[in-house]
Amino acid sequence: MSSKKDPQLPAERKGRFSRRGFIRGVGIGGGALGAGLLEKEATAAPPAGGVVGPGAIPITLNINGKPVNVSVEPAVTLSDALRDYLDMTGSKRVCDRGTCGACTVIMNGKSVYSCTVLAIDAQGKNIETIEGLGGPDKMHPVSQAFWNNDAQQCGYCTPGFVMACKGFLDEHPNPSPEDVKHGLGGNLCRCGTYMGVRKAVLEAAAAMKGAKKNG
Amino acid sequence: MADTPDYSWPSMESRKAMGKSIKRLDGPVKSTGRAKYTSDLRPRDMLYAVYVHSPHAHARVTGVDTSDAEKSAGVKAVHVTAPAGTEVQYQGWEIAAVAATTEQAARVAAGRIRVEYEVLPHLVKDDDLSKATGRTKQGGEKVVGDPDETFKNAEVVSEGQYGIPIANHCCLEPHGAVIQWQGDKVYAWPSTQDVTTWATQLSPNIKVDATNIKVKMDYIGGGFGSKFGPDAWGETAARLSQKAGGRPVKLFLERDAELMIAGNRPPAYGKIRIAGKKDGTITGWQSDTWSTGNMPLPYIIDQIPNMRIKHDTVSINSGPSRAWRAPNNQQLSYLTCSALEDFAAKIAMDPIEVFKKAVEYAPKARVELYKYQLDKAAELTDWKNQWKPRGSGSGTVRRGLGLGISAWGGAGHNSNCRTTINPDGSVLVEIGTQDLGTGTRTIITQVAAESLGLPMGKVKLVIGSNDLPPDAASGGSSTVGGVTVSTRRSSVNALAKLFEAAAPALSAQPADLEAVDGHIRVKGSPNKSMTWETACKKIGPGKISEMGSFNRRQPAPGMNDQGVGGVQIADVSVDTETGLVKINHYTAVQDCGLIVNPRLAESQIYGAIIMGISTALYEERFFDQQTGKYLNADMEFYKLAGIGDIGDIKVHLDIRPENDKRGVIGLGEPPAVAICAAIGNAVTNAIGIRVPHIPMTPSHVLDALEGRIA
Ligand code: FES
Ligand code: FES
Repeated sequence: MSSKKDPQLPAERKGRFSRRGFIRGVGIGGGALGAGLLEKEATAAPPAGGVVGPGAIPITLNINGKPVNVSVEPAVTLSDALRDYLDMTGSKRVCDRGTCGACTVIMNGKSVYSCTVLAIDAQGKNIETIEGLGGPDKMHPVSQAFWNNDAQQCGYCTPGFVMACKGFLDEHPNPSPEDVKHGLGGNLCRCGTYMGVRKAVLEAAAAMKGAKKNG
Repeated sequence: MADTPDYSWPSMESRKAMGKSIKRLDGPVKSTGRAKYTSDLRPRDMLYAVYVHSPHAHARVTGVDTSDAEKSAGVKAVHVTAPAGTEVQYQGWEIAAVAATTEQAARVAAGRIRVEYEVLPHLVKDDDLSKATGRTKQGGEKVVGDPDETFKNAEVVSEGQYGIPIANHCCLEPHGAVIQWQGDKVYAWPSTQDVTTWATQLSPNIKVDATNIKVKMDYIGGGFGSKFGPDAWGETAARLSQKAGGRPVKLFLERDAELMIAGNRPPAYGKIRIAGKKDGTITGWQSDTWSTGNMPLPYIIDQIPNMRIKHDTVSINSGPSRAWRAPNNQQLSYLTCSALEDFAAKIAMDPIEVFKKAVEYAPKARVELYKYQLDKAAELTDWKNQWKPRGSGSGTVRRGLGLGISAWGGAGHNSNCRTTINPDGSVLVEIGTQDLGTGTRTIITQVAAESLGLPMGKVKLVIGSNDLPPDAASGGSSTVGGVTVSTRRSSVNALAKLFEAAAPALSAQPADLEAVDGHIRVKGSPNKSMTWETACKKIGPGKISEMGSFNRRQPAPGMNDQGVGGVQIADVSVDTETGLVKINHYTAVQDCGLIVNPRLAESQIYGAIIMGISTALYEERFFDQQTGKYLNADMEFYKLAGIGDIGDIKVHLDIRPENDKRGVIGLGEPPAVAICAAIGNAVTNAIGIRVPHIPMTPSHVLDALEGRIA
């Protein structure tokens, strides 16, 4: 989040767009082995002594509107499950601890850092990944706006940025330029594409509004 | 050869593809998450490798026991890279690696490797030479003119202490590769800035002929000078794959290791004195500096008549140095421009005027350029009205302006390109280069389309493999100058062959033909024309396939060039209670040559500046000298600038016919140089006191304000 680098930010503002509060609740420390889950898994793959893992266990994730069955070790994050087990590599693993946003996906309508969510904890949630947005031939307005405004260089941060932007616009369809700086403060880019991203978010906001009006 | 085709660039006005702000070709795959980076690959049966790194900054390995790891579930190979006896020189040094069927299994197994160390004394901090006993090497002293007399008789002497620490590249895609070693063949998918020669560097280490090492890379998630060769992990991944019976192995560094061992920009510290006159003329320079490497001062203004330059090197227990986007230039620019600004303050003169006098000591060819750029930058920032003498502001939050200057080469690298025209009209351009996100794909395609008179969409481009005509490493901003010339030449050569095939049907000589808007036509009589496709049908059963090259030893005047200057100005606000620095505006005046794509060129400059702002304000490694540990080898506390931290950036790209005439010059690095200088000077201008050490964090600013600087 930009908050740690931007103390002038009014506290209330910070709260409005912060994703970290949400993530804190589902982080590795918080919900790794929730009791409910243990019970469910006990029927799915009875582990010795009532403990799941360390071996793989079957789970079902709801990704881009479809149930997906996969077998992962309980310590596997949602980000790694997507990348290493499901070939959905749009989400990137960069900091692997909730700082950079490269792994951003949308879960139950909120942007989350998928590296801070365990795959087993993501069961029963609606997960949207960049693979669920349009591909190069039929680009989502956010992707299109990123292209139009050259908001990518190496592009490694880009899918996370696009998802964060979508999540942000879903909640704040009419952002001001200032809002963009705070709302997208949770994603880092090493190539320095922020000038393009600022323009892209505003352009995407306008395009999505237009699309809604016409559709 | 008498009939060498004319390769020169079409005139500025007549260009159709070049010079246009065409959107980057790989933008759609990147912004939809479909681009596959090396770290995204998962070839069949791929194993995941995990390293064990040294927790000590300096130690001798006395034993490595891998027996438990080998028995661990899912493990297919274990490889020890630092056997007993190895002297480990920094925290993060690679000791051993495990490859297993899942990453989790590899992690568990890596945790079962037992390593014994004899811990040795370490030095991890480089900012205090007095604590580096036994670790320094004197670099000798360079004396020019008579510095002693000059300083003794000087009207004014200014003096300052400056420091710029090690910065970590922190590429978002970490260093690593996927490698498969099967029989006598190695297939490698590295994350590299050097697709062409990566294999030749790995070859001697694993004793496999370079011809048998196939390298492929489509996308790379950042390099910035830190990702050239195969590194230790290239070899490790190959050996693990061999041990695992030829299964592909993925080995990428974890983020902490990435920061510890895969990218350290050398630091620079020292004291600088300037002797001069009250009218702003500089007469003498004296610097006493140290770094982990060489730092040839003064920067740009190296023709000062009287100088004494001393530099020591110090060796510390920290990851190896790597080139960083314009190697050493940020450090040199920071030290030099800070000293210049301190001199200006001492004589109460406007720094623009002092810099204008100082650049008289720059290499002759650039003197007028810098003066022009200083004026231009002053004009763009309304310097005359906005700049106030150092420390003249009041109130809690104070504004300041500061400037920095830069120089860079940017000459093209050796490059070869093949252009193929098929009888069906399709065109293939092949070149063994890589696109780091700079837009290389787009630019090559623009040049080919321009040269062949075709729309961009008609040209298919293949890059990113060592099976293609060889290019060179993308470093030193050398790519664009190399690939544009080789592409131009191969396209023009191929077109000449097409003219030969088409000329009879147009009852013309090949030399009378031109390719325009998808047609081959007779120059001067546009109605004697045929479509590109019709012309290509005349090629006959074969196809046209022509090479084009650029070799740095044979300059191509007018096609590419080197040597650019730049001036940048930072406008900041500093909160004197919290020490917080905020960028208001940042302005860059950038010299350039022929610009192939203004949109992408501008992105390069924005990117360079943003990276610079990040190092100037936030990036700082914290080491504990007691334990030798890197305390913030993560992205939470090794801070990068975010979207709200960069102020508003204004770029003035000097697109002028005079510059265009020079040909293409690389642009990735030049604008990355002067940021620490400009921001440091702006902060000092705002608060009235020099903050000697980058980054300009609240703690450094408050230290300066409260007189806590030693
Ligand atoms: S990888 Fe998840 S936030 Fe950085
Ligand atoms: S585009 Fe390279 S990290 Fe953002």
